Amino acid sequence: MARSKELVPGIGRLSRSQVFAKRGLFKGQKKSTAPASEAKPETIEKTIGGEKNGGKRLIPTVKAPRFYPAEDVSKPKKSRKSPKAPSLRPSITPGTILILLAGRYRGKRVVFLKQLTSGLLLVTGPYKVNGVPLRRVNQAYVIATSTMVDISELKLDAKFDDSYFAKPSTKSSSSAEEEFFEDGKPKAKQPIAESKAADQKAVDSALLASIKKTENLSKYLKASWGLSKGQFAHQLVF
Amino acid sequence: MADSNFKRFVEVGRVVLLKSGPSAGNIAVITEIIDHNRAIIDGPTTSVPRQSYPYKHLTLTPLRVAKLPRGARSGAVKKFIEKESIVERWNQSAWAKKRAAISKRRSLNDFGRFQILVAKKQRRDLVRKIVAKESKA
Repeated sequence: MARSKELVPGIGRLSRSQVFAKRGLFKGQKKSTAPASEAKPETIEKTIGGEKNGGKRLIPTVKAPRFYPAEDVSKPKKSRKSPKAPSLRPSITPGTILILLAGRYRGKRVVFLKQLTSGLLLVTGPYKVNGVPLRRVNQAYVIATSTMVDISELKLDAKFDDSYFAKPSTKSSSSAEEEFFEDGKPKAKQPIAESKAADQKAVDSALLASIKKTENLSKYLKASWGLSKGQFAHQLVF
Repeated sequence: MADSNFKRFVEVGRVVLLKSGPSAGNIAVITEIIDHNRAIIDGPTTSVPRQSYPYKHLTLTPLRVAKLPRGARSGAVKKFIEKESIVERWNQSAWAKKRAAISKRRSLNDFGRFQILVAKKQRRDLVRKIVAKESKA
């Protein structure tokens, strides 16, 4: 039924969302479990009349098709390619200071630690200097500078892999309300796991010592990066 | 000849700054004027080979090698340039210093630029404090 009367051909009186509200289809969006259908047996035994017919016969419940396709249908070829981790840009080496260009910490200068098997880069602020925690970033959204922090003192634990950063899989709650609210109030923030905070401290302590050795380096990491008037990223030396 | 208001002329011995080409940024001396488009320039001390160069691609500087004979070859040009210490005088000039400063700035990396920012802030602060102190007194 046309609820949105056409004003001129192609343009209805109601907007898309108004039509959606009027149709009221959302009211019917209720989840219901389909009644469990009993598995039918493949064959049933039937008694057959007539002496020479053996008395009983197994008859399939679903009749086999009478016709088969005359030609073979070609199946699409299965791809045997698998994605490989991208190779690291030569300008990025452990200890390089990177400028993040996207995401929550865009504009921050961080220290690169290592590349993970997924190809993402493991970086840290350090957290104490500029508030950037141990974090994975994509190298496409990063500017590599020529400035280095000496991280030879740092013994990076092997536990820092992709699974370390993966979110714990939780069953999605039935409603968004439950996910964010509790007794009509926003849910209290979950404190960060103590083990993660300790990991952060352990990684940063070695870094902070070597950052201290260079004058202004700590200030540099703390400051955000940006372009001012007349500056163009492709003309700058990093 | 009436006095001209112009100070720099295209003449034999005029020191020029090259604006384009492989030796761009270097200085050289005009040794011979070919026509009103080109001159032969030479810079034996600044690694500019003797060549014909369009005026379009060079800038005249206030420096001049006095008494350079017309059409002098590289050896003679070198002697004259060294005698008059043209390169040192050029490097002392405000123009050359400014150019050097600009190219230095351009070659700085991100951390270098940040350090300049910090240094400038400190200088500003120092000046501000002294000015405040002096104006009060």
